[in-house]
Amino acid sequence: MSRFRLEVRVKPRPGILDPQGKAIHHALNSLGWDGVDDVRVGKAMYLDLVADDSGSAVEAAEAMCRKLLANPVTETFEVSLVEELRAASGADA
Amino acid sequence: MKVAVITFPGSNCDYDLYKAAQQVGADATFVWHRERGLDGYDAVLLPGGFSYGDYLRAGAIARMSPVMEDVIEFARKGAPVVGICNGFQILCEAGLLPGALVRNDSLLFSGKDVRLRVERADTHFTSEYHPGQILRVPIAHGEGNYEADEATLERLEGEGHVVFRYVDAAGEVTDAANPNGSWHNIAGIINDDGNVLGMMPHPERAMEELLGSTDGIGVFTSLAASLSAVAS
Repeated sequence: MSRFRLEVRVKPRPGILDPQGKAIHHALNSLGWDGVDDVRVGKAMYLDLVADDSGSAVEAAEAMCRKLLANPVTETFEVSLVEELRAASGADA
Repeated sequence: MKVAVITFPGSNCDYDLYKAAQQVGADATFVWHRERGLDGYDAVLLPGGFSYGDYLRAGAIARMSPVMEDVIEFARKGAPVVGICNGFQILCEAGLLPGALVRNDSLLFSGKDVRLRVERADTHFTSEYHPGQILRVPIAHGEGNYEADEATLERLEGEGHVVFRYVDAAGEVTDAANPNGSWHNIAGIINDDGNVLGMMPHPERAMEELLGSTDGIGVFTSLAASLSAVAS
């Protein structure tokens, strides 16, 4: 077993109104960044978890997204491996 | 009629709902979210508030509460379940109602009286109203913008599952009367079987003249009438 750090990115689905993104978009435009076309606001979560290997760590996080971390009606998600962490147990400390 | 008012950490309309149920003659009981078993209850009410501080998504954590397994089973048996405001959000998160409630398009929390049009007066929750009746009921939410995929929205409209809609004083569906950006001004819906109602406005806060409106009473008298019809 190893410890992995995963990044979960939850984003508003295309087509779903994202008023937060719209407000930030307007703010950027009013600050002079006229080239900004669109802004969408999502969230990132960082999970540290113990799993057999990185593949099963990612699979577990995807299952968590489907069950709790994302709402499939309004959001999409992506999971990626950030790094393998040093073992949690004191065995190799 | 025995009614359970489910209380989550962060619920704040539980007492209003309890009082509303009592006002129509129900024997109301608070059921803490960690308790199990809803046997013996005739109806379950999910109150408004900010369960778990709306962390992650409004209703997302409350939906994982132990009692929600019983609420889901209760609803699947066809028994009446009403979720108001945060309760509506929880019902959507639990999959008992389709769609989701996202941030108001204004980005602002909105607390004010709105006008609702009764779209269906033949449900367990609206039989004491007449179709097209205009109600004045308060809202108090930051995430009441009803969204769903196209197919779901078409089905809701096609099958008449929209129970309440935000309208202006003349009863017209307008953008100005829409407090949160909800698709087609949707304020409340029922499920396919007609036994689960979710609505963002607060009928339990429109039960007494002193509070400015008594237009919410019909939701509770309708429920009481439907339950006594079942019992007799």
